[in-house]
Amino acid sequence: MISFLKRMPGVAAGELIMFCARALTGVRPLWRGSLPTSARRVYFANHGSHGDFVLIWTTLPAALRRVTRPVAGQDYWLATAVRRFLGSKVFNALLIDRMKSQPHQPSPVDLMADVLNKGESLIIFPEGTRNTTEAPLLPFKSGLYHLGKKCPDVELVPVWIDNIRRVIPKGQWLPVPMVCSVSYGAPLAIGPDEDKATFLKRAEAAVLALRPQESIEP
Amino acid sequence: MIHSPSQNAPFHEQTGWLFIAVLGVLVFASVIGGLLKWTVARGEPHGVIDNLNSRIKAWWVIVLLVSLAFTLGKTGVVMLFMFMSFAALREYVTLTYTRTADHLVLALMFYVALPLQYYLIWIEWYGLYSIFIPVHVFLTMPILASFGGDTNRFLERTAKMQWGLMICVFCLSHLPALLTLDIPGYEGRHLLLIAYLIMVVQASDVLQYVWGKLIGKRKVAPQLSPSKTVGGLVGGIGSATLLGTGLYWCTPFAPWQAALVSLTICLMGFLGGLVMSAIKRDRGVKDWGTMIEGHGGMLDRLDSVVFAAPVFFHVVRYWWVP
Repeated sequence: MISFLKRMPGVAAGELIMFCARALTGVRPLWRGSLPTSARRVYFANHGSHGDFVLIWTTLPAALRRVTRPVAGQDYWLATAVRRFLGSKVFNALLIDRMKSQPHQPSPVDLMADVLNKGESLIIFPEGTRNTTEAPLLPFKSGLYHLGKKCPDVELVPVWIDNIRRVIPKGQWLPVPMVCSVSYGAPLAIGPDEDKATFLKRAEAAVLALRPQESIEP
Repeated sequence: MIHSPSQNAPFHEQTGWLFIAVLGVLVFASVIGGLLKWTVARGEPHGVIDNLNSRIKAWWVIVLLVSLAFTLGKTGVVMLFMFMSFAALREYVTLTYTRTADHLVLALMFYVALPLQYYLIWIEWYGLYSIFIPVHVFLTMPILASFGGDTNRFLERTAKMQWGLMICVFCLSHLPALLTLDIPGYEGRHLLLIAYLIMVVQASDVLQYVWGKLIGKRKVAPQLSPSKTVGGLVGGIGSATLLGTGLYWCTPFAPWQAALVSLTICLMGFLGGLVMSAIKRDRGVKDWGTMIEGHGGMLDRLDSVVFAAPVFFHVVRYWWVP
């Protein structure tokens, strides 16, 4: 009972956020190559806006949403009380210290592997930062490769989030309504002798291939 | 500003009859759909029949929503159409080329122009709601867009956004605006006029689809729409005009007037569908969205009504409002 009351504000805020996301974007999932199953997964997606993982989160079935944690930068999500609340109570984010403020702390890949070993799934944005350029996708950082090597039985699912960059363009705070979609592709596996660069290129291509034809985003 | 007597009149008896008739048609359609599924498709997946059945299912939802809005009177109807305009405009801008510099214009469209247009209809201020979007908002939009400082495809971007506001908000808002007309001898029955327009135009769409499947061969406009045939056009508009004539008793029209008005709105509806198909073709999409299962998006269902509504409104206003 007490624990339920403690969880209430987070759950209520989560529902409110999902309601707003649906009202603004009418977001719908397109399962193109994978299905929403309880398999342990790393969803890796393009990153153009703070709304990105809200959309992934909203399109996952509730049972999967509870065990899927976004990976996010600690500097951003601990900066204010509201963000701390959202990060820990609503999205249950796995926070990564990008600044490496303390020595001897476990590496981000180790932290992510711990979560996966507990049976949970992760949402990551391998571009490393929000893409505010004209290019559709920035080159991926290597974390995805190392994580895939460390946890070979976890499904690596490419995701394309379409149109959210037009809902909140860079430098704007007021979202405007636009229909968004989240496309989930077929899981990738790292080949036995595939090197890092080759795999990352393949992962980028897999994400880009999910982009709808009619997409207008820069 | 002219305030007519309360349009929040209680449910008229004729509205009840119309509602029962529509329910009857839906039950009939559902039975036919179920029979086709069992006899022709034998329970197997079947493109055309499954699409027909999801369309019928969507019609149940549409009819229930419209009925609910009607029971709430003017406020309910204005809210319903405001919501439909919102969904339609959201689909429209999604498929329209805009740039970051247009953000303020888009915010104006959704958060100012749309609610204000429906508010003006709610307070029944004809003098302003009939020019608010085509004059004031249309001038404000390129001004705000120029503040964005991006001249890339400037006129194209502005014109496309204006056109979106025109069809998704301005034209559609002429349906609830029917409630603001003072028609002598027709007091308290305005909701019927809205139901009449929707029924005749949507029946024309449905009947064009049915006639097209039965006898349609030659395409009317192969470059624009693969599904519109001469047989569907003539049969659909002909039978919908007959329906509109038969429903004259729920309008202020005499039977021959009802026939002419029906023919006009059915033709406008058909032409509206043609124009919206051309836009979709140009963008390389089949549907505007996926909001209504079996039909596509909100705009796919509204394209014909959007073109018929302002014409119907002004025909009624010119000849029946003293």
